[in-house]
Amino acid sequence: MRTFGWPELWFIVQAAKWTIALSAIAFAGGTAVGLLVALARTGGNAPLARGATVFTQIFQGTPLLLQLFLVFFGAPILGLEINPWAAAAVALTLNSGAFLGEIWRGCIQAVPRGQWEAAEALSLSYPWRMRSVILPQAFKIAVPPTVGYLVQIIKGTSLAAIIGFTEITRAGQIIDNATFQPLLVFGVVGAIYFALCWPLSLLAWRLEKRHARAMSR
Amino acid sequence: MNYRFQFGQVFAAWPDLLHGTWITIQLSLTATVLGLVVAIACAWGKTSGPGWLRLVINAYIELIRNTPFLVQLFFFFFALPAIGLRWTPHTAALVSMVVNLGAYATEIIRAGIESIPKGQIEAGLALNLKRWEIFRFVILKPALKTIYPALTSQFILLMLSSSVVSVISADDLTSVAANIQSQTFRSFEVYIVVTIIYLALSLAFSALFKLVFQTCLNYPDRR
Repeated sequence: MRTFGWPELWFIVQAAKWTIALSAIAFAGGTAVGLLVALARTGGNAPLARGATVFTQIFQGTPLLLQLFLVFFGAPILGLEINPWAAAAVALTLNSGAFLGEIWRGCIQAVPRGQWEAAEALSLSYPWRMRSVILPQAFKIAVPPTVGYLVQIIKGTSLAAIIGFTEITRAGQIIDNATFQPLLVFGVVGAIYFALCWPLSLLAWRLEKRHARAMSR
Repeated sequence: MNYRFQFGQVFAAWPDLLHGTWITIQLSLTATVLGLVVAIACAWGKTSGPGWLRLVINAYIELIRNTPFLVQLFFFFFALPAIGLRWTPHTAALVSMVVNLGAYATEIIRAGIESIPKGQIEAGLALNLKRWEIFRFVILKPALKTIYPALTSQFILLMLSSSVVSVISADDLTSVAANIQSQTFRSFEVYIVVTIIYLALSLAFSALFKLVFQTCLNYPDRR
C-alpha cells in the first residue's frame, strides 16, 4: 500500500490543470451560448424568445449530472465518437449557457428604459443600438455576477469525475484508492478547490460592492 | 441514425422510479428543513453573536460555498469513517445536503435580516421586547417575504444537485436510474426518462411555491 506523500500530492495538484482547462472551455462556450440566449430573450422576436426560454428552463430545471450522462451516452447513438473530455465540455457549455443567459438577460433588462427609448429615437438599427448603447451598459452590471458564476462552473467540473475524466476530484479518488487515507486526500482536494474558488468569490464580492456604491451615487 | 429507442424495459421499472423519486423528494425536503434550522442559527450568530462565533460561521460558509458538493459528499462518506463516524449512504447524503444548504441559506437569511430597517428593531427595543422576540417577530417574519423567492430556488437547486448522491448509491432517483441502466443496458432511454422526471419535479415545485407565496405571503407591505 502506498502512503500519501509528495508524489501523490503532486498528482492531485497536477490534475487541477484539467479542472482549469475544462472550466475555461465551459466558460468560453457558455459565453457564446449565453449571449445568444440573452439576446434572443430580449430581442422582441416572440418565437425566438420562447425557444430560448424553453432551453433555459430545461437546462436549469434538470441536474447537471444527468445532462452529462445524456451527452455521454447519447452521442454514440447519434454516431459520434465521444470521450469523457468532450462530453464534459459539451454538457458544461450548454449548462453554463443557460445560467449565463439568464444572468445576462437580467443585466440587459436592467439598463434603464430611457436608454432604449433614446436609442430608438435616434433611429439606430437593432445591432447598432445593442452594440453601442445597451450592451456596454449591461456589461458593467454583468461583471460581478459573471465572476461569481465562474465559481459555479469550477465546482461543476467536479462532476466530470463521475464519467471518468481525471480532474481534481477523480485524481483524489484514484489516490484514495491507493493510499486509503481519505481524510487527508479529500481534505487536500477540498483545499485545492477552495484555493481556486475563493479568490474569485472575493473578487465578485468586491466588484459587487463597488458597483452598488457607484449606483447609489 | 440507426438507433432504435426501446423504452419498454425502462417503463416496466416504474415502481423503482417512483420509489427513487420519493426518496429524492424526501431527502430534499428533510435536508431543507434541517438546513434552515442550521441557517437560522448561523444567521443569528452572524448578525448578533460574539466575534469568535462570526469567524467560525464565516469560515463554514466560505468553505462550503467554494468547494464542490461532490467533494463534500466524499468527505462525509469516505473520510469521516476514518475518525469513527460511520454512516449509511442515505445518512451521509442527508448530512452533506444539510451542511451544504445551511451555508447557502445562511447568506440568504442574513441578507433578509439586513433588509429590515434599523428603526424597526429600535422600535422593538423601545417596546421592551426580548432579544429573541425581536429576532422572531420583528426580523424573521417580515424578512421571510423578501427571502422566499431566493430560498425556494435554493431548494430546487438542492434537489437537482442531490442527483450527485447517487455516486454513493443513496437510493435516490439517479441511483435507481443507474440500477436500471446496468440491468437493461438502455442507458440513453433511462437517463432521458429520469431527466424528464427531474424537470417535472422542478416545474411542479416552483409552481407550488408560487401558489404558496400568493396565498400565504402576499400580504401588503406596511408603510
